[in-house]
Amino acid sequence: MAPIASKLYTDDVSLVVLLLDTNPYFWTSSSSSSLSFSHFISHVLSFVNSILLLNQLNQVVIIATGHNTCGYIYDSSLSSVSSSISANESSGDAKMPAFCSEVLKSLEDFVKNDESLSSVDAGNGVGSSLLSGSLSMALCYVQRVFRTGPLHPQPRILCLHGSPDGPEQYVAVMNSIFSAQRSMVPVDSCVIGAQHSAFLQQASYITGGVYLKPQYLDGLFQYLSTVFATDLHSRKFIQLPKPVGVDFRASCFCHKNTIDMGYICSVCLSIFCMPHKKCSTCGSEYGQAQSDASTLSGQKRKEPS
Amino acid sequence: MNSGGETVVKRAKYKIAKAPGNSGILKMNAEEFAFSPNDPTSGPRLRVRFNTIGAHRVTKDGSKTALLNLLKKGEGSEGYIFEFENFSDRNICRDFVTNALERYSEVPKKDAEGPAQLSTEEMERRIKLLQEDSELMKLHKQLVIGGILTEDEFWATRKKLLDGGRKRTSSTQRVGFKSAMISDIKPLTDGRTNKVTFNLTPEIIHQIFAEKPAVHHAFLNYVPKKMSEKDFWTKYCRAEYLHSTKNAVAAAAEAAEDEDLAVFLKQDYILAGEARSKIRKVDPTLDMEADQGDDYTHLPDHGNARDGNKEIAESQTHYDQYKRNLMQDLNRHAAVVLEGRTLDVVTGDTRTVAEALARTKQVELANDTSEKNNNQERLNRVCRMTEIEDLQATREPPVAPLCIKDPRDYFYSQQANALKTLGDAAFGAGYVKCHVSKQEAYTCLRESISDIKSVGLQTSIIKAEVAFKVLNSLTHNISSTKYNLGRNNQETVLDRLPSRTRDDLLNHWTSIQELLKHFWSSYPINTDHLSIKVDRLKDAMAGIYPKLQEIKESVQSDLRHQVSLLVQPMVQALDAAFAHYDANLQKRRAKSGKNGSI
Repeated sequence: MAPIASKLYTDDVSLVVLLLDTNPYFWTSSSSSSLSFSHFISHVLSFVNSILLLNQLNQVVIIATGHNTCGYIYDSSLSSVSSSISANESSGDAKMPAFCSEVLKSLEDFVKNDESLSSVDAGNGVGSSLLSGSLSMALCYVQRVFRTGPLHPQPRILCLHGSPDGPEQYVAVMNSIFSAQRSMVPVDSCVIGAQHSAFLQQASYITGGVYLKPQYLDGLFQYLSTVFATDLHSRKFIQLPKPVGVDFRASCFCHKNTIDMGYICSVCLSIFCMPHKKCSTCGSEYGQAQSDASTLSGQKRKEPS
Repeated sequence: MNSGGETVVKRAKYKIAKAPGNSGILKMNAEEFAFSPNDPTSGPRLRVRFNTIGAHRVTKDGSKTALLNLLKKGEGSEGYIFEFENFSDRNICRDFVTNALERYSEVPKKDAEGPAQLSTEEMERRIKLLQEDSELMKLHKQLVIGGILTEDEFWATRKKLLDGGRKRTSSTQRVGFKSAMISDIKPLTDGRTNKVTFNLTPEIIHQIFAEKPAVHHAFLNYVPKKMSEKDFWTKYCRAEYLHSTKNAVAAAAEAAEDEDLAVFLKQDYILAGEARSKIRKVDPTLDMEADQGDDYTHLPDHGNARDGNKEIAESQTHYDQYKRNLMQDLNRHAAVVLEGRTLDVVTGDTRTVAEALARTKQVELANDTSEKNNNQERLNRVCRMTEIEDLQATREPPVAPLCIKDPRDYFYSQQANALKTLGDAAFGAGYVKCHVSKQEAYTCLRESISDIKSVGLQTSIIKAEVAFKVLNSLTHNISSTKYNLGRNNQETVLDRLPSRTRDDLLNHWTSIQELLKHFWSSYPINTDHLSIKVDRLKDAMAGIYPKLQEIKESVQSDLRHQVSLLVQPMVQALDAAFAHYDANLQKRRAKSGKNGSI
């Protein structure tokens, strides 16, 4: 990282942490439909390039969210400024900015690594990617930037996510969301899969980010540059898409199912889909219910209705 | 005599309007009160039953006259006013009337349980709460006056509100010290003899104690062991007189002769100690020099020098402790006045006042633990002020304060969700199944990467018409949500409904919540009372269904869908309650049936 003191960070300098979904099962299933992975990457690379061009102090970090692991793919502050934007450094491959080939190379390595870590086939369905892991990595990076000094770029996280939510990651994802909220880092999300993502809806809602599910995926770049390229300071002045609704459903801690109604531990607020004798999270034992009636009324509705 | 048992007979005057009144005898028993004038010709005899009396008013203890006003029911302020000879008579009658009225006010309540007797105070508090909160008022009107809940049930869930009110109402304003200084109480000389008279009232004594802790201390020590109270104050006044002559030499001479007197003449040592500790609390980094520009004292005709002490300011340092500075007096007096009166004791007996004051002082001292932490705090402050940036540890990044979101947000977003799922269903967004092996999947992904590597970035990654389409849909989307949901986030679906419908909806919402709260809290049903209550609640809830339906039908068709979405969760909640009620009822029937057969 360049010495901070030499840089003059104004309030419109951004640090964008980009989380790319590289779940192979998702991409093979979606390549038949509108957006293939290569198209997706070219849109994203153009977007990254435009962010770096918007302000020369802007910084982009790309984190790949794999099926089995996550990893840093690219950090614009680590590659020298001259080479990152100066175009057409021939490296045997086709013409493209140096930083793009850098991204692609580490992406390839990452995919290899991810494959080696996978033990079994995903079986039916797309499976989820490790959103919780990449969110945590992003937050760690942001925290490191926060600690460099009083002047730093304004961080935000952008999730480009397609795989369906993994309910088993519910607790980890929610914890990341809350810590993002606490450190005032907005989590923007752009969902490129078929369904809405409840996790990302909540993440954006809680942290004050933008949630978007593009309708025309072949125009992804347009969506990205229109909605997500603006720095946080300028966001105050423009009208961005508003969430129309947020899916607040939680996953139960016992079977990781997404549930509408459930049981809540009165001690630690853990969520269960069925009554237990003992809370698996905090270990508190629930007293014998006085009668059937009281267990029934003990069931709390999740909605405040 | 009446079966009511007790009777109260007191001498009183029956007053009509501002007239001086008609003296006579007031007799009261549990059911009625009667007044017969001493002079039968002077005015009317009275015989009034308590059930025609709505309330009573009294004048404060210690006010000019001891009045008791018995207000007729429902007729504004008109009532029977009696003036008593003294307050104790009046208070006996007041208490009697309070009891009698309570007995009557309960009768129409027809509460089977016989609730705890409500004091008028309690009642007033409730009424005040209702007046302050119109929503609560509505709810109260609907549920309590509608006979669904009893008064007690309604308030049982709002104990906190009542307690909070209690705290607020009890803090009546105390009268503080006069802002006039005691030194203004000039000694009176009659001019002929050398006698000087001081006038001390309990009020002044209290003030002296508050302003001069040393005098207070001395009083506690000397009176009445060493000297009588009169002697004490004589001494004090003598000291005051010496001060007023401004003769420090004479004061020193007197003090040398009488050590008790010296206490009054010397500087107040307790005050001095307090001042020292206060100085210690001053920010050590305070820049005194910065204030120097504002200081006029070094200019002629300004500041301390004007209070007349100047002339003796020279060689007599020995007598310094007998000198008093107007500025100090003024400051001390101001501090005491600002502190306010912390004592509730009626200023009568000097001794009790002195003792009470000592007690509060002790409490204050005990509370003032800051003394211990003071040093540490001072050090911390010095550290903070003289911080050298390079030597500091990295500071933690700022964090957002935790805040609990308004549950209404959740309600609205659920409503929007319901709308959206409707839209999605129409879209037919299906779940994509895929059956690929791990091998295939990863190969495919790698191929795409090498693909883009070899081809490179396309010169135009996006077609112009696609970009236009996206831009169009985005702006349309944003402008439509702006139109629908308003400019600010706070505006919601509710704001688009006609105000009457909105109010109705919110009203029903609160009343349903209240009813459900009572409903669920009465389970498990183990007393008859609870089962009666649940039945009552169930009937009330059943009455809400048609009302909700009515609201739905009353709005225009384009809003009807929105309203029904809003109503749905309410209906669901009610349904759940009914289902529970039915299940429980059956279970109880089965049980009682079994019991019966055995």
